[in-house]
Amino acid sequence: MPLVNYAARELTCKVVYYGPGRSGKTTNLQYIFDRVPAVRRGEMISLATQGDRTLFFDFLPLDLGTIAGFSVRLQLYTVPGQTYYRATRRLVLQGADGVVFVADSQSRRMDDNLESLRDLQENLLEHGMEPRTMPTVLQYNKQDLPTELIHAMPAMDDALNFRSAPSFGADALRGVGVFESLKAVSGLLLRRLAAEVPSA
Amino acid sequence: MSVGLNPRFRFDSLVVGATNRLAVTAARAVAEQPGVIYNPLLIYAPPGLGKTHLLTAIGHLALAKRPGSVVEYLTMDDFNEDYHAAVAAGRGDAWRQRFLATEVLLLDDVQFLAGRREMQAELLRLIDALQRENRQIVLASDRPPAEIEQLDERLMRRFGGGLIADIVSPDFETRVAILRRTAEERQTAFLAGVLEAVARTPIESVRELLGVLNRLVAEQAVTERPLTPERVRALLGIDAAAAATAAVEVVAEVTETVVAAAEESSTARDEFGTFLAELQATLEAQVENWRLGAERAVADFGARGFATRRLEQLLGDTPPAEPDVVIRQYEADVERLEAIAEEIAALAPELVESQTLRDPDALAAAELLLDDAKYRTLPLPGPVDAFSLETLTETPGNRMAVHGARTAASEPGVRYNPLVLVGPPGSGKTHLMHGIGVALQAAGMSRVACLGAGEFSDMLIAAIERNAVPSFRARFRRVNALCLDDVQLIAGRERTQEELFLLFNALSERGTQMVFTSSRRPAELVGLAPRLVSRLEGGLVATLEAPPRRERRMSGAVQGPAFRNAERVIWEWPDVLDRVIEEWR
Repeated sequence: MPLVNYAARELTCKVVYYGPGRSGKTTNLQYIFDRVPAVRRGEMISLATQGDRTLFFDFLPLDLGTIAGFSVRLQLYTVPGQTYYRATRRLVLQGADGVVFVADSQSRRMDDNLESLRDLQENLLEHGMEPRTMPTVLQYNKQDLPTELIHAMPAMDDALNFRSAPSFGADALRGVGVFESLKAVSGLLLRRLAAEVPSA
Repeated sequence: MSVGLNPRFRFDSLVVGATNRLAVTAARAVAEQPGVIYNPLLIYAPPGLGKTHLLTAIGHLALAKRPGSVVEYLTMDDFNEDYHAAVAAGRGDAWRQRFLATEVLLLDDVQFLAGRREMQAELLRLIDALQRENRQIVLASDRPPAEIEQLDERLMRRFGGGLIADIVSPDFETRVAILRRTAEERQTAFLAGVLEAVARTPIESVRELLGVLNRLVAEQAVTERPLTPERVRALLGIDAAAAATAAVEVVAEVTETVVAAAEESSTARDEFGTFLAELQATLEAQVENWRLGAERAVADFGARGFATRRLEQLLGDTPPAEPDVVIRQYEADVERLEAIAEEIAALAPELVESQTLRDPDALAAAELLLDDAKYRTLPLPGPVDAFSLETLTETPGNRMAVHGARTAASEPGVRYNPLVLVGPPGSGKTHLMHGIGVALQAAGMSRVACLGAGEFSDMLIAAIERNAVPSFRARFRRVNALCLDDVQLIAGRERTQEELFLLFNALSERGTQMVFTSSRRPAELVGLAPRLVSRLEGGLVATLEAPPRRERRMSGAVQGPAFRNAERVIWEWPDVLDRVIEEWR
């Protein structure tokens, strides 16, 4: 659940970037980090191996300032994609308000995408979160690669997007689709929040 | 349907920066949900900073969201001229109807309201009418309302009741972004550093800045050679001092990589800025659902006649900590008020029109009103049914009184009103008084009050203590017959006499039978106000003589029936024993 502190007028939401290893989750966060004015962000914490693979998780706190009278903060996390870090992924996913599933568009990585998606679903269920209602967007990264190496957007949708979530083609290195994905997941989770906050 | 919207001015052709973010976010919010969030919305900014663009963009987006809705854009001058033309043609009403039909009214240059009393009054009426119908009104001015000369205070308050957002001159990055976008639209490429040089000119107005850009576009087209930053500075006549000030930046400009980094940085900020603006719009629209709910509640409950101050305060400048709790509490209070009103309507219909029952902030007062209604309907002490006219022994000494009593019982309020029974203790006057009450009840009359004058006075004192004299009055004025024993006891009690006087008049006007007993004729009572004396003497004053001792045993209250129901007699007539003892003596 988003953390809403009415007394302090603070709203804190946790967004987790999920997906198979090397799909570009950390690249997403790095791109956002580079684009956000320093006063708006905290330090990006990255626990990485020597090969720059995410070891535990990346964490990027964003201060969006005061919106609608609330001081809004987004906390962006990535999970390590490698299969053997399942326990870490489950831990990071705990308390998530929204998920950006970063899929690798390369044809040869489709099985990894599917396995990661299944893993996401299982971990959500283990936390008692309903995958159907969890605000989720799909980002098909590496769409800039030669077309013979990747699946196009419709094929990616056919394979992965069986819940008709918002989906975006991306080239996270150059920032294509990065903010679009973040905006979409933020919009979804805020809409969900609004539906859950009792109104007159 | 749209009137007067420039097709070029849309949100997607607007560059959002720190200096216009609030205005743009608010504008988007009202365009997406006209009449709901900020109404009216007033945007003020010096000339050339995009007010008209924003107003027009609202119109376009509102139309895109609700095709077929009526959106009208006009300047205050148009507004003024149209009005005077309509008035001259005798079509002032049609002019008003035209604007009342709009869903979004966009009024530009409202600073021209200065000194125009008539137009201000018309605008005030229009804003009120549009707000009532949840129609959106957006205004733009080149100065804050407080600086518009001779602006009606009521208009100022209306403006302040919505949202007032300003736009100031854009920062350097925003100016570069605006220039780049416009250059792209004009399909003109400039060398690195050229647009930055333009952005550094001391021109504050974006319109003028774009005028400079137009000049450069033309210059480059004519010379067929790319303009350099130096050439641009020379063309724009940027003075040496300014150039010197910008020297550090010039170094940056000539270094291609630095320029590229600056460009990227600027683009990056734009990217985040756009993200933020869009997210803000989403949040405004979604998280502030309570605000919509509160506004809807104000309209709904207001239309049902309930005071909505609490909800209006909720919609003030500072959002409350837990708005949904406040709204729920308000609804609960209204529900309770309705229940109270229903109960009061059944008990005391005369109270149901009280404004207290329409004000959820006065719930405590409404509860008191309900107590009051209940108090008003509490039955007053009735006659003791052990004393009937049939059990009374008629003697020469009480013949006239018995006759008067029987007449009052058979024709209440018609012949002997008031009936004043005067006699010494033991003469049977109390018996007669109760007997009349019993007879009236037996004839089907409800609310027959029989009580001692001392008790009447005590009840008044209690009412004064509770600040409930109106309830006391209402309670007594509901009676269909009033029998008051021992009027001599209120001699010297001015306030009691005053209340009795008022009650007497009210009951007399309604033809309600009144019976009084007294140890002496009213005219002989010391300490009884003359106005009361005259009213009592104005009815039938019948005297009773004390019967001989041997007859007393057989008469009145000491006869069998009183003792057959002794417990009830003592309960309802606590001084019965004193009377019996007195009777016996």
